[in-house]
Amino acid sequence: MKLFQDIKVGERFEVGAHTFTAEDIKSFARRFDPQPFHLDEEAARHSHFGGLVASGWHTAAAWMRLMVDHRDRADAEMRARGEGVGRHGGSPGFRELKWMKPVYAGDTIGYVTEVTDLRTSQSHPRWGIMKFRTVGTNQNGDAVISFVSTVFVERRQ
Amino acid sequence: MAKRYFEDFKAGTVSVYGPLLVTRDEIIAFAKDYDPQPLHLDEAAARMTPLGGLCASGWHTCCLMMRMAADGFVNDSHSMGSPGVDEVKWLAPLRPDTQIRLRVTVLETRVSNSKPDRGFVKHQFEVLDPQDTVLMQLTSPLMIARRQ
Repeated sequence: MKLFQDIKVGERFEVGAHTFTAEDIKSFARRFDPQPFHLDEEAARHSHFGGLVASGWHTAAAWMRLMVDHRDRADAEMRARGEGVGRHGGSPGFRELKWMKPVYAGDTIGYVTEVTDLRTSQSHPRWGIMKFRTVGTNQNGDAVISFVSTVFVERRQ
Repeated sequence: MAKRYFEDFKAGTVSVYGPLLVTRDEIIAFAKDYDPQPLHLDEAAARMTPLGGLCASGWHTCCLMMRMAADGFVNDSHSMGSPGVDEVKWLAPLRPDTQIRLRVTVLETRVSNSKPDRGFVKHQFEVLDPQDTVLMQLTSPLMIARRQ
């Protein structure tokens, strides 16, 4: 991740895409969200969704994985160019998470994350506070998930 | 027991579900799949971070909240999923081998304007450790079918 001062509002990251197979959906649901429409095709067909759908937490967690991989790649490239790499100091949370449309078995969701706000922490001058909005879009161009996260990013001293 | 409908949820009701023991292996397994950062993967590397030791991914805590909610009451209700989450606060780290519980408060209930077959039940979810420290607080409406 860049140092805080090198990040601009409006900067966009094409984080990557994940395809949610039926097996993937059911295995996540068995661990964390065992509702019938996430667990079983037959039960899901009879639900208001009309077919097997991914847990909303699965759709969110898949973004986190892609984001970490994306950041690790970007950090390696910056180090190779001799540029300063900032640590990130964890996240206090997120807001306005919307699951706009179901994610069905076989759907591929592409995630884009955009910086929306940057400010310095009053209490922790070593860190800046970055807010960013993530939108996940399916193969038909429909947005299926969005949320606004906050993360602490190291400042150049 | 008959499954609960929207009409069975009353604002102000508080329930506690769980417990669930969160092991070190589970924290690391989740991190390998969904959040492979040193803080969630590796004790030695985690000690060098501001949190000073291994802790669960915040998304893992969200997923464990969902698991306790599903087992506790969602699967005993006519759940139709959720349109989202208003806010999540990760207030304190979830450490290995902690037994957690889920405190659920019904904040408000309202019938859907656009789809009269369902209503929204806004919940506050709090993941607690054995000392009742709130590790995560989350507010989210659940969609529950109305009694026809």
